Parts: sequence; structure tokens; C-alpha cells
Amino acid sequence: MSEAVLHDDHHDHKPYGIGRWLFSTNHKDIGTMYLVFALIMFFVGGAMSMVIRAELFQPGIQYVDPQFYNSMVTVHALVMIFGALMPAGVGLANWMIPMMIGAPDMALPRMNNMSFWILPFAFTLLLSTFFMQGGAPAGGWTMYPPLVLQLGDGFPYLVFAVHFLGISSIMGAINIIATVFNMRAPGMSFMRLPLFVWAWIITAFLLIAAMPVLAGGVTMLLTDKFFGTAFFDAAGGGDPVMFQHIFWFFGHPEVYILVLPSFGVVSQIIPTFSRKPLFGYTSMVYATASIAFLSFFVWAHHMFTVGMPLTGELFFMYATMSIAVPTGVKIFNWMATMWKGSMTFETPMLFAIGLLFMFSIGGFSGLMMGITPVDFQYHDTYFIVAHFHYVIVPGIIFGIIGGIYFWLPKWTGNMYDEKLGKLHFWLSTVSVNVLFFPMHFIGLAGMPRRIPDYNVQFADWNIIISLGGFVFGLSQLILVWVVIKCVRGGEKATDQVWEGAHGLEWTLPSPPPFHTFTTPPEVTDATAHS
Amino acid sequence: MSVDKLKQIALGTIAASLFFISGTALADYMNVLNLTEGVTPTSKMVYDLHMKILYIVTAIGVVVFSVMCWSIFHHRKSKGAVAAQFHHSTIAEITWTVIPVIILVIMAIPATKALIFMEQTGDAEMTLKVTGHQWKWKYDYLDEDISFVSSLSQDSNDARQMGSGIDPNTVENYLLDVDNPVVLPIKTKIRILTTAADVIHGWWVPALGWKRDAIPGFINDNWTYIEEPGVYRGNCAELCGRDHGFMPIVVNAVPKAEYAVWVEEQKAMQLAAAAGADKEWTKEELLEKGAAVYAANCAACHMAEGQGIEGLFPALNGSAIVNGPATEMAMLILNGKNMMPAFKDILNDVDIAAAMTHERNSWGNTVKDVVQPSDVKAMR
Repeated sequence: MSEAVLHDDHHDHKPYGIGRWLFSTNHKDIGTMYLVFALIMFFVGGAMSMVIRAELFQPGIQYVDPQFYNSMVTVHALVMIFGALMPAGVGLANWMIPMMIGAPDMALPRMNNMSFWILPFAFTLLLSTFFMQGGAPAGGWTMYPPLVLQLGDGFPYLVFAVHFLGISSIMGAINIIATVFNMRAPGMSFMRLPLFVWAWIITAFLLIAAMPVLAGGVTMLLTDKFFGTAFFDAAGGGDPVMFQHIFWFFGHPEVYILVLPSFGVVSQIIPTFSRKPLFGYTSMVYATASIAFLSFFVWAHHMFTVGMPLTGELFFMYATMSIAVPTGVKIFNWMATMWKGSMTFETPMLFAIGLLFMFSIGGFSGLMMGITPVDFQYHDTYFIVAHFHYVIVPGIIFGIIGGIYFWLPKWTGNMYDEKLGKLHFWLSTVSVNVLFFPMHFIGLAGMPRRIPDYNVQFADWNIIISLGGFVFGLSQLILVWVVIKCVRGGEKATDQVWEGAHGLEWTLPSPPPFHTFTTPPEVTDATAHS
Repeated sequence: MSVDKLKQIALGTIAASLFFISGTALADYMNVLNLTEGVTPTSKMVYDLHMKILYIVTAIGVVVFSVMCWSIFHHRKSKGAVAAQFHHSTIAEITWTVIPVIILVIMAIPATKALIFMEQTGDAEMTLKVTGHQWKWKYDYLDEDISFVSSLSQDSNDARQMGSGIDPNTVENYLLDVDNPVVLPIKTKIRILTTAADVIHGWWVPALGWKRDAIPGFINDNWTYIEEPGVYRGNCAELCGRDHGFMPIVVNAVPKAEYAVWVEEQKAMQLAAAAGADKEWTKEELLEKGAAVYAANCAACHMAEGQGIEGLFPALNGSAIVNGPATEMAMLILNGKNMMPAFKDILNDVDIAAAMTHERNSWGNTVKDVVQPSDVKAMR
């Protein structure tokens, strides 16, 4: 093992200059680019949410025109989902999967380069619409017709941006599947894969199944607008609701595309800091797979209010409720992993535990909304805004941030500043609850979502929500500080980094050489997953 | 910083925020916490179901979070905990699969009953058709031949403009008030049909216990049975463009006798309005009416002085269309274009003629002619 590593070191000459990044075929460099890109987009999308919270700070219109407010709501979601969350997940996959399975690199390194470099172009298309006649997309990230067709010159840019993002994601997914299926080290059987790798295989299959559906949907919008088709126009024999079916057939699996990589990260972190193997590895794999499978049968719960037949409403209600079972299994397995462990609470563990608590809150409100008759009241209010932000922010994003803290010493060779990390966690956790919890209240009390102004009865809670939002937004700057500080130096990390860490990636030096595992390692039960 | 100092700061912060909350009247916060019980059998059923599920998930949350907290406090290395090495237990895994299934079935039974009850739209005594327009609601009483448009009340509309200088707190029912409320009889099974003219809207009055999308080209049927007289307010729930937040719904539920009187009044008013389209109007009459129609329907996007918003909404001041032939301008108003809604079902001939006359004679526009309601009628 160590001989192989030394051998790698010997050949460790990196390309230099801008070419190293532009033409990179190295999974580590591409992973870094994905993560940096995601971080930048996280702040772009975050800045938009700050505009939203500033406008909602008080009743009345203070800062932006309602049309621009709608653009903020729409583009905030598109940037966060396609620009921050998905690239962050792919970045972690790029960095970690080859090192976890003992592969020298990704299976398709040139495609890897292309799938990253599409992203800046796609977002240039999307964000350029702010400077066009008719403004940026303002019909919601869900792009429902006929409203989205009212968009001005920016409309084709929106459609092509979505196409490019889809192509990028599909290429990333193919790459991950090809890598894991073909490039595992000898002895690394499927049931020995770390759970992060499992989560990503399943995510990759979801991507390949779901993204083309979205691409088809937006292409139909394009032909409706410019080529006289009437897929979504009742006057021409079409149906606007059909778009919603198509969109959510992509959109619901998309939820799991976002969340499964974070679940994978948490499944690595919790055993490490509990110093105990993951509880129920097999059931974890099956639960993840069944969540992914079920995610294709629940799409219509996003659109209960369109007026479906009773049987349809009942089917989608039961199917939605059933997802609670495998999700519960995952939560219980993580709890059982912690149970009777020997826990320490470094920053990655704090973020993982934060995810456990707050993702569960999002799960509870999700279960409530799965009940069709009451969803008729919750739908399109701040209750749903609270729900999906609980799932996404202290759920998915906490998982990604936890992963960054977890692997940062491995990537840079230096320990990050633990005090700053803890400060980041506690500020984020307190402010994220101040930000999102009261949204449950105002939603139940009747405040609709996607409105720039509201009745004065909601004013008091909105002040608190906005304050929470500002603190949360500013707290994320600590992460940037921690990362920069850690890259520049710090206490040297050992190969294993964490006392309880197991798996191939922790046998490599910190930082790992530019090329790793050019000679595949031998994997046995003892050296397999944590 | 010492631990004591930290504790002091934490306590201080909590005390300060409590003071802040109590200072702005705790009651304000407590009133805005939960779903309304509403005034229909449906809304009460939905409220009961909501509370039942809320209690169940809260109980699950308390149990799960307690176990987690117990583990976090007791199984920590700093307390000398030594990690056990178990990683599997079939009994535990079966238990935490089966128990959730049982809980879900317990929830699904009342939910199914409620859903079946809500879908019984037959046997209605009257029918109200609701049509969503950007950004107002049109109501047709199908049995009575009454129809009218309901839009945001003028005082809310004035206050919600950017830089209006009007404090929303001084406006009664800010953003939840309309010029023409829907009047409905109590203790009557009413079928409510929702549809839309341009984009998808969502008709939602929380006190009735449901919301339903209004979809162009399709009609959704719903029903309600209001038990108590009162004024019930709601909003458009589905994002429908720039003024989505400014198309509220007000339902005025009255006893049956009072409703009958209102119906007669409305019929008389509609007859009088229909007569107006055929009469010859003077320029002064049209200009006076036009200014009001413009303020209520056009100024939101094209702005009070016709200057529009650069890059979003075209200016009418100096516009080629406003200064061009009346036919083209009228067709654009009647049928809409891109973000511009079609006004053919919202405004009557007199309103459109008046607004056109106002625009063609105002600001720097040079045509200065008169458009008669009969001209608009001919172009429909």
C-alpha cells in the first residue's frame, strides 16, 4: 500500500497555470472547481434571498418592483438548486469517489472536464436575462405555462440554460456510474462500498432518468412559444396541467438527487465520530434505493390543488406517505449508529447531528403535506416554504458543509480552525431556525408564498424571519474564511485525520498526491467501509 | 472569554429578545400561529385532521429527539464511553419499519374519509363561476345572470405603490380588501367553479377550508356550505405574474333573505351599465371616467404618468401604439400581448373607450381624439 503511494509521489508533476484548470482531466482539480463554483453560486443565490428578505422586512413595497421581486424568487431557486446544491454534490463525488473505491481517476476524465465547464456558460445564459427586455425569469423556478411564456427576450435563454444544466448533470451521472461499475479496486464489492458511493450511484441513476424529462418539458415550452405548437395551451387542444405533471415527474426525483449525496456524507461522518460501524449497512442501501424508486410515483403531491380525480388524489397521498417508512429507517439507523458509541463533536459531527434533527422537522411537515385534504390548506403558503427550506438548508446544505469540514484536512493537508468551525455551526443553527421556523406559523395563518407584500398581521413574524435570514447569510462568510485559512496553512493533518475514520481515502497521505491509486489497493473486509 | 461571561451574554440576549417580543405585544404573535378553524363543515374537518396529525408528528418528534439527546449526552467519549461494535439487529429494524406503517395507516383512514367528503360536489343549490384574470377575479352567478369583476380596493392599491408614503398599518384590511366582494348566502350548498382567462391562478379563502387552481381552458368544481354570516378574506395562491400578491378575495356571507335583496340590486345595476355602451359620450365624461379606469387597471405596470418601467413595461407616454390608429390599440387592450393581460372579459366597452381616450389625450400624447364605447363594441 505505502509503496504504491510513494511510487505515485514520484510521478506527481502537476500541469501549471490556467491550463491546469481549463484542460483539467484530474478528478481532484475538477472536484475543487465544482466546489468553488458551487460556493460562488451559493453566495449569488444567497444575495438574491437577502433582497427577498429585505423587501419582506416590513409591509409595503420598499426596495424592488414586484416583477423584479418575482425574478429574485425564481432565479434564487434556479441558482441554488442547479448552481449551488447539485454542483456541490458532484464536486464531493469527484473528489471522493475515486479515492473511496481505489480508482486512479474518474472513468471518463475528458467528459468530466466538459460537464464542469458547461456550468459557467449555462449560468452566464441564465443570469444575462437580467439585462434583457422583459427581465429575468419571474414565473417561478417551476416554469409553469402559460405564465412562463409571458417572459420577454429572456425566455429562450432560460430554456437553453436548463438544457445545458441537464446535459452537464447527465454527463456527470454517466461518469460516476461508469467509474463505480468499472474501476473498483480488487475486493471492493458493491456491498463493501462506502455509503457515500452508494448514495451517489443511486443519485446518478435518478439523474439519468429525470433530467431528460425536464429537457423534454422545457423544449415543449420552447416550441409552444416560437413554433406554434399547443402542448400546454387549451385553445389548441393542449393542457397547462400536463406541464406540471412532466415537470414534477422530474421535480420530485430531483428532490432526492439533491438530498441523497448529503445522506451519503452523513453516513460517513456519524460512524467516524461515534467510533462505531454504521448500523444496518444493508438496510441503509435498500432504504436509499427504495426512496429513489418511490420518488417516481409521488410527483403529483406537488400539485394536489390542480383538481385531480379522487382516485388520483388517494393514490398520490398513499404513495407519498409510504416514503416516510424508508426515510424513517435511515434516521433510525443513524441514531442506532450513535447509540452506545463513543462520540466526539468536531464540526463535521455537529453539522451531521444538526441535519438529523432539522431534516426530521422537514420530514414531519412533509408528512403533514402528504395528507391531501389538509394540503389543500397548506399548499402555496409559507408552510411549504418552511418545509422545503428545512429539508434543503439544515438538511442538504448542512450535509454538504459537514462533508467539507470532514474532508478539508484530507484535501489540504491542514486541519481547519475548529473554533471557527464551531462558531459557524452554532450561528448557522440558531439563525436557520429563527429564519425558517416562524414560516410555519405565518403559513398556517394564511400568508401565501411568492408575494412581495403582505397584510400587516404578518409583519411581526416577518421581521424576526428577516433578521434570522440576515444572520444566517452573514454566518456563511465564516465558511469562506475557514476554507481560505485552511488552504493557506494550519496544523498538519495525519493520513487518517480522524481517530475513527476507516476506508481507502484515509490510507492516502493528506493532501493526497495529484494521482492516487495508479496501482489498485487490495480491499478486504477489514479495510472496507467504516 | 470565561464560561460565566458567555452565560451572562446568553441570558442577556434571551431576556432582551423576550422584552422585544413582549414590547410589540405578544398577542400579535400568538394570533398568527395556526390554521383557522373556518366556517364550513369541510374547514372544520380539515382543521381537526391537521391538529390530529400535528399532535402525532409532535409526539414522534419528542420521542425521537429525546432518544437522540440521551445518546448525545451519555454516549460521548469525554464521559468515558467506550464504543460498542454492534452494527445490526433484525428485531430493531423490523420494529422501526412496522411501527411507522401502523401510524401511517392510522393517519390515512380519517384523511381518506375527509377527501371523499370534500369531493362530493353534487346537489348544489346554486353555482358561482370564478375566473382568474391578471390580476383580478371575475365572478359569474350562473343562476342569476349577474357578473362583476373584483379587484384590490383603492386605498390598499394606493398604499402598496413603491414610495407611496402611506403606512400600511393605517389601511384597513391592507391587501385583503376589494372593491366588489362576492356575496354568498349562508346555509346553502354552493358549487364553485374555478377557471382562468390568461394564466393559472389559485382561489383560496382559508375560512372555507380549501384552495383550488383556476386553470385557463379548464374548469374545476368545488363546493362550500358556509354556516355563519361574516366577511371572509383570502388571496390568489398561485404565482400569476407581477401583481400576484395584489388580487385578494373577499366573501361576504349573508342570510338568505339579505342575499335575495342583493341579487335584485345587482340585476338592476347591470341593466343600467349595459345601456351605457350604446349612448354617445362627451369627451369630458370619457376623460373623467378614463382617469379612474386607468388608475385601477393600467397604472400598476404603465405607471401613473404613463412612463412605464424601463425594460419591463413599455411607456404609454409617446408610445407609437397609443398615438397610432384606435383599432390597433383597442385590439391590443382587448386581447393582450405577452405580459399584458387581455381585458375583453374584465372591462366593458365604456371602460375601455374611456381609458383609451384618457391615454390618447394625456401626458405628451398628440392624437387627442375621442374613442366612443360603440367603437369598442364594434371591434370585439
